[in-house]
Amino acid sequence: MINSSAKRRDLIESLIKSVLIFAAFISVLTTFGILFSIIFESVHFFQRESILDFLFGTEWNPDTAFLSGTARGAEDVASAQFGAVPIFAGTFYITFIAMAVAVPIGLFSAIYMSEYASTKVRNIIKPTLEVLAGIPTVVYGFFAAITVAPFLVDLFATFGMEASYRSALGAGVVMGIMIIPIISSLSDDVINSVPHNMRNGALALGMNKAETIKFVVLPSAMPGIIAAVLLGVSRALGETMIVVMAASLRPNLTMNPLEDMTTVTVKIVEALVGDQEFDSSLTLSAFALGLVLFVVTLIINIVSIVTIRRYHKKYKISNL
Amino acid sequence: METKINKNNNFYIPQIEKRNKQSKRFRLYALSAVVLSLSFLAFFLIDIIKAGIPAFTQSSVKIEISIDEETANNPYGILERDMSRLVSRAWLRSFPKEIEAHPEWIGTTQTFWALLNAEADQYLKGTQSKLKENQKSKLDALLQEGLIERKFNATFFFTGDSKIPENAGFYAAIVGSVLTMLVTMSLAVPIGVMTAVYLEEFAPDNKLTQIIEININNLAAIPSILFGLLGLAIFINFFGVPRSSPLAGGMTLALMSLPIIIVSSKAALKSVPASIRQAGYALGLTKWQVTKDHVLPLAFPGVLTGSIIALAQAMGETAPLIIVGMIAFVPDPVTSLTSAATVMPAQIFTWSGMPERAYIEKTAAGIMVLLTVLISLNTIAVLLRKKFEVKW
Repeated sequence: MINSSAKRRDLIESLIKSVLIFAAFISVLTTFGILFSIIFESVHFFQRESILDFLFGTEWNPDTAFLSGTARGAEDVASAQFGAVPIFAGTFYITFIAMAVAVPIGLFSAIYMSEYASTKVRNIIKPTLEVLAGIPTVVYGFFAAITVAPFLVDLFATFGMEASYRSALGAGVVMGIMIIPIISSLSDDVINSVPHNMRNGALALGMNKAETIKFVVLPSAMPGIIAAVLLGVSRALGETMIVVMAASLRPNLTMNPLEDMTTVTVKIVEALVGDQEFDSSLTLSAFALGLVLFVVTLIINIVSIVTIRRYHKKYKISNL
Repeated sequence: METKINKNNNFYIPQIEKRNKQSKRFRLYALSAVVLSLSFLAFFLIDIIKAGIPAFTQSSVKIEISIDEETANNPYGILERDMSRLVSRAWLRSFPKEIEAHPEWIGTTQTFWALLNAEADQYLKGTQSKLKENQKSKLDALLQEGLIERKFNATFFFTGDSKIPENAGFYAAIVGSVLTMLVTMSLAVPIGVMTAVYLEEFAPDNKLTQIIEININNLAAIPSILFGLLGLAIFINFFGVPRSSPLAGGMTLALMSLPIIIVSSKAALKSVPASIRQAGYALGLTKWQVTKDHVLPLAFPGVLTGSIIALAQAMGETAPLIIVGMIAFVPDPVTSLTSAATVMPAQIFTWSGMPERAYIEKTAAGIMVLLTVLISLNTIAVLLRKKFEVKW
């Protein structure tokens, strides 16, 4: 009697365990699902279009119907061009603008929260800043398009410069505001975990507070801060709604932040929202762009995650 | 602190004063960074509220209509020409139904508050309008006579999207969001909690477990649009889930919310002290019995809080839903999980691309509704955590 109920118990136990393992594998399957679905369609794309032209070409003209209508040479008419360099350039440029806004503001906010503010003030500022991270990106996109873009156009018009209503600057600045809390919250955690002895040592040697922060605290927190910035970069590269609503559709290879530019995510959305059939080159190009985005963000994420882990091991903190 | 330094002091070093000044400046930079980011937030919220508030009221005009058999057949002919240019087409269209509902009106003259169209409404709200000068003066005259009134815009909360701006509402999007979230949560919470239980209670500490953990951290940082590509390629094209449906959107979002739920559930399980488990084992319980009867109930508040936060995040997500087609034009709220639907952020996106000026305030009002929901969800999460928090 006892024996059989113990057997049943063991059976249930192992059954449950396998169900749990299955659940745990769904998250792994998701990663592979993303990877395979993107690679599978990308292979289709690269069977039609040259991978070298895609990675190094500077002309993006997927619309063959439009080309044939214009008076071009006969050889141009037939082939659409998928040179993604202007799209990559636009993506990195907008990301660069976003980081130029988010890194200084986020880092200095983190320094203030962890080094100067009292616990009480910090407990108010930190969650308030995190509200910025909780606002849906479609809301930022609306804000960028309706408020920031016209403001920038007017502002630069007073200096006699002409800015586009879909300028890289507008999208980049708003994206930067969105990323501030990612950098400030993570950096604040990291700076807080720098041992107090190090600060005390520096102060005892006659450094003032700012010098202690600049020469002792920040250098020891640097790996963690870099990891935070990298997470911010990966967010900016993959951000979609802000650029769909505030950046342009036109691939534009330029260094002028007042001109309109496009990004990888905008092109993905543009290619998949229309009504064309699924296996056209244009639709498939979305997956090729997605593959590039996946690879780049994956590398950045893993470097960032590993750096943070190593940093926390160094200072023996186990909350991450 | 602020003592005047005596410069004739033997120990006076001029450099120190300079360094201290630098130190103060540094503090000022840090403070201004905080002030700057907080003022971004404030400016942002004020800007949205200012743009959205007008959408919660709409203007109506008082008109008298003598009703006969003819009016029911031709509602567009009941008003004088200049008036019919100002009254909403949607109101006129629904007029025959009103008469049908009240047959006793036929042969009498009734007074109605007729909804004005968006252009007239925008003019009365003081924004740009495409109305002609004589229409504007007509409106001014009506306003003078007290025949125009601004009323609470119930249409916004009780109808779906419409191509007639004054008739467009958020209701279909709200219903769509609720249905999509039902799918998301009923998939993500069980799977997420089971994963967390496995990793925290059952998994051996080996390479495979570590790979799963790093993978979960990485999944949380993958751009959301790539989840959309997965949804499109696998759920829609491979498994044949209908495009634009709450089912397709909900499944895609479920995969996105998994990492948040797993991480917070793991933290909640971890905070349950080991002594509870040991007591269970000492009484001869199996691992699963200890987990299900003791550890999980104690970790429940943490799991709940994490799930609500994941829900709030999924609710505001737009990009993957656009990819799976959830930006359909949906005039009527969905009733099934497989028919075309839209969600709140997608509706906001659609409206923001509309050329008519009236949609700007609708967009902002939609944003206000969405933000209110998200802020309440987050507040509930914080309150629940406070209420059930156990200090071991």
